[in-house]
Amino acid sequence: MSAPAAPVFPDDEARDQARKELAATWGERPGFIGWLATVDHKRIGRRYIVTAMVFFALAGALALVMRLQLMFPGGHVLGPDRYNQFFSMHGSAMMFLFAVPVMEAVAVFVIPLMLGTRNLAFPRLNAFSYWVYLFGGIMIFVAFAMDVGPEGGWFGYVPLTGPEFSPGKRTDFWAQMITFTEVAGLSVSVALVATILAMRAPGMTLRRIPLYAWSMLVTSLMVIFAMPAVMLASTFLISDRLVGTQFYNPAEGGDALLWQHLFWFFGHPEVYIIFLPALGMISSIVETFARRPIVAYPAMVLALVATGFLSFGLWVHHMFAAGLPPAGNGFYTAASMMIAIPSGVQVFCWIATLWTGTPRRVPGEPGRQRIAVPLLFVLGFFALFVLGGMTGVMVASVPLDLQVHDTYFVVAHFHYVLIGGAVFPLIGAFFFWFPKFTGRQLSERLGRWSFWLMFAGFNLTFFPMHRLGLMGMPRRVYTYPSGLGWELPNLVSTVGSWILAAGVLLFVLNVVRTLLVGKPAGDNPWGAPTLEWATSSPPPPWNFDEAPVVKSATPLWPPGRLLPVMTGLARHKREALVTSSTDAVPAVRWALPDPGIWPLWSALAITVLFVWSIFQAKGVAWGAIPVAIALTGWFWPKRSQPSLGGAKEK
Amino acid sequence: MSRLRGWSVAAVAAAGTCGCNRIQSALAPAGDQARDIGTIWELMLWICGSTYLLVLVALAFAMLRGHGDGHRVAGERTIERGLAGWVLLIAGLLTVLTAASFAVDRRLHATPENPLKIQVTAKQWWWQVDYLDPDPSRHLTTANELRLPRDRPAEIQLRSADVIHSLWIPALAGKEDLIPGRENRIVMTPRQTGDFRGQCAEFCGLQHAKMALDVQVLEPAAFAQWRNAQLAPATSPVSASARHGERVFVSAACALCHRIRGTSAGGVSGPELTHLASRRTLAAGTLKMDRGTLAAWLADPQAHKPGVDMPAVPMSARDREALVDYLMGLR
Amino acid sequence: MCSRFRTASAVALAVLLLAGCERERREYHAAPTQAPGTQPRLSTLQPGADQATPASAIGRHYENNAYHVSQGSKWYRWFNCNGCHGNGGGAIGPALMDARWRYGGSIDEVHASIMDGRPNGMPSWRGKLTDQQAWQLSAYVRSLSGNVRKDAVPSRLDGMRSTPPLTQLPELDPEGDDPSAHTVPQP
Repeated sequence: MSAPAAPVFPDDEARDQARKELAATWGERPGFIGWLATVDHKRIGRRYIVTAMVFFALAGALALVMRLQLMFPGGHVLGPDRYNQFFSMHGSAMMFLFAVPVMEAVAVFVIPLMLGTRNLAFPRLNAFSYWVYLFGGIMIFVAFAMDVGPEGGWFGYVPLTGPEFSPGKRTDFWAQMITFTEVAGLSVSVALVATILAMRAPGMTLRRIPLYAWSMLVTSLMVIFAMPAVMLASTFLISDRLVGTQFYNPAEGGDALLWQHLFWFFGHPEVYIIFLPALGMISSIVETFARRPIVAYPAMVLALVATGFLSFGLWVHHMFAAGLPPAGNGFYTAASMMIAIPSGVQVFCWIATLWTGTPRRVPGEPGRQRIAVPLLFVLGFFALFVLGGMTGVMVASVPLDLQVHDTYFVVAHFHYVLIGGAVFPLIGAFFFWFPKFTGRQLSERLGRWSFWLMFAGFNLTFFPMHRLGLMGMPRRVYTYPSGLGWELPNLVSTVGSWILAAGVLLFVLNVVRTLLVGKPAGDNPWGAPTLEWATSSPPPPWNFDEAPVVKSATPLWPPGRLLPVMTGLARHKREALVTSSTDAVPAVRWALPDPGIWPLWSALAITVLFVWSIFQAKGVAWGAIPVAIALTGWFWPKRSQPSLGGAKEK
Repeated sequence: MSRLRGWSVAAVAAAGTCGCNRIQSALAPAGDQARDIGTIWELMLWICGSTYLLVLVALAFAMLRGHGDGHRVAGERTIERGLAGWVLLIAGLLTVLTAASFAVDRRLHATPENPLKIQVTAKQWWWQVDYLDPDPSRHLTTANELRLPRDRPAEIQLRSADVIHSLWIPALAGKEDLIPGRENRIVMTPRQTGDFRGQCAEFCGLQHAKMALDVQVLEPAAFAQWRNAQLAPATSPVSASARHGERVFVSAACALCHRIRGTSAGGVSGPELTHLASRRTLAAGTLKMDRGTLAAWLADPQAHKPGVDMPAVPMSARDREALVDYLMGLR
Repeated sequence: MCSRFRTASAVALAVLLLAGCERERREYHAAPTQAPGTQPRLSTLQPGADQATPASAIGRHYENNAYHVSQGSKWYRWFNCNGCHGNGGGAIGPALMDARWRYGGSIDEVHASIMDGRPNGMPSWRGKLTDQQAWQLSAYVRSLSGNVRKDAVPSRLDGMRSTPPLTQLPELDPEGDDPSAHTVPQP
């Protein structure tokens, strides 16, 4: 059900000839070297997603063991030291190695296609980001396996993680892992902002940008503003631990609360960085299955932007118990409550879209009525995220937070908003975009089973935690005494975790089975309206034969209409169209780089620098030399220049 | 959606059918501050609960009745008016919740009248509790237990000797962090006598899980009696075994860290033990206080609370017996 | 990725994992202590007296472990070593941060000095400190003169600055000293 492009080729032979030329230009180097040197956003996006899901599975396995330990009071599955490492790794891996990277990974794959362009801006930076992320993740897991894993929680409060109370190199590995993931995250964000602002299809004015692209734009800008704060915090910590600076030492003019402010100034936007892309995914899915554009598009965009802005003004709500002045705390209560309004707007608009649409009709099967699996996961999102949002409003209130802060109530809250609000839409988006990623469609039956197992398991695991927190069980405890009434909720929660794990496992099996024997999918199996569905599944390396032009926010609707294209992009060298930021008027034909190995060398050099500087201060100085060499190789000027010729619309 | 409701009812019921011991529950408030917070909880539950159900019902309607023509754009004005109404509703409800929250927060931070002044210093992983008094001879130091008189506000100054901890007695009040380099303060006004339990609520290292506080609220007269008894120096040992135990305590490693007023043992790194046997728990709530657990603790603290700073001091079984006899006599 | 590369890296990884990390191990129970009884050297008028004696296995174990060094720093304050030795710079007791050790500067000799006591005012701590505490304290004392591996040493303690960052100290190999040469400890 693809929208055929306007016939620019006089006949099939001309089209095949054009494709041969494009294949020659956009082809990859063969073999292992080609795999290492690729700058194709689709290949990088796919491996980014797989790596993030591997970290998700590892972190999830850690949680399963933690739940085994907490199944009964006085459990002996894990000792205190190992348990503390487990929960620190679980949190750090989920937040730094899974949640943000996977959202960026999906964007890396989808955004250029959705915007009708040939590649992400700065393709080599994109490749570099993946390698840095991979090496950082490997480093921390190897450290964990060697009993040098972090033990101070994913939030690492000083002075506990300071040099006196966390001996050895455990915390240093953790702090440096943050540096790795921040470099990776910033790189992808910069590329995404540039792509979304400057490389859209001609005619894709601001009013016609898909909501998913808007969500990624806001997210990427948030990353650019938020991540430097945590890099600063972790760098101060590394410096205190390595060379004895006094940033966090109150006796010498430092402050233990400085860490908390810096960390949470990043930490709060971080959760919205995880959440906003999911909102964009939901818009894509709801739009497609309701068979109508999202209601009140300007309100939706403003809600995304407002959420992004407001999220920077909330961080003190993580510090309500720290003894800051009550008037100040009150401000953050009001701000934290206020951020519920844009989310409420979005929920209203989606429900209105479904109400005025036809959500139960299946594309291509006129008689049947059922809810497609991506939409099922979106419905799960509504049930779970809105509940999490309600408990969020509860913890926004200072007095109530003073009771539930650092208890299992908060654990329940953030799992509802993170799993319900981000992972469920993510899995739905995987079902939605899987045909585009791989050319095959995931099994509907297995998908429904996964959904219900995950939904039931999730609620069984996390709903009892609300009550546990109110009954007095604090967080981050490796065991608890009997006789306080905590035994049954913990037991139920552990059993629920197995059911949740079964659902996730079923999803993984679905993916593996589909990759092996799944049925091939067409260009647009869902009948969706956005540009990524206007090319084959999976797309060729050059994405589109000719640059598509859009005249509405739903360019492929109504189905059957011809999609106008713009000809003129060169086929003998790698090029993409750069358009103006607001009205997407074509401006230049921009040269894109060929595949190369320098991003990998640079990532290796940076890894050497970062890991060396965990152990020795001179690693920063000497480790900079290989980095300088690698960057010089990367930026060495090539012969091709950006061409300034015009382009013609047909 | 109804399935979720079914699950949540089942979960709540399952979670509720426990022979609940509510000494550490925020849902069983026994003090002014916890009660005030309880009113916010109930308000939130009603407002947030109803809003949640409203959203679910709307979603169910949308899914069951969605019959629009897909690409038709009629009805946009109605939708926009509905959106505006919805935003006003949410904003209004949030304003109510914020205002209620402000009001309760002001009450929590109101200056108490004639408070009982206490200072709690948190250490890894135990609580040093000092009852302050203008008369220095009436300054009382104890460890891991807090006894409060009913109906009198207790103003607790919070300090930390090492890392960040958090004092939380859910039945009485919210929590407040103990941060090195800062002095925080919390006020608790108990209104019911009884036993309660507090626990450290900020991850503070290896044994964060075993840093509990035994709290007892007493009638004012009983409290005064207890305090005077605690101010007295340690009871002299009577039996020969206990006397030998005292000698062991003072001459071996114990005196380096622990203090027993009335003897020459004056260590301040570890908990004060002058009236050890009058406490109900050992090692910050890790063990019950009785002969057997005390003997086991002395023999190998690391087996019960690995990582704690108290070492297993090598001594003969006879010496340990005598020590236990002595310590159990320190009421 | 070719399968041979994959096998080789898996084997290497397994070796790394099984080796574990001595530096990071947290030992709460005391390691078995068959401490060799060392005799203090009372005079440098002996062949080989200026050589520092090598540490025993137990001593090396404690010296290379970050947790033990950190615990030692705690005991140093708790048991008032500052009262005579300052924060390592010495006062009425000799400095611990320099290269001069009257009774030997290896960890075994420091441990023996702590347990046995020494003339001119060093008390004997046997029976007051457990053996593990004494080893931990010795490891920390060694770190004050830069003699502990830098990745096992805390750079600073929280609290007022009392030493230069221990991770930046140069290693000061213990040298012998004739106690008759100085009647007052060098600052």
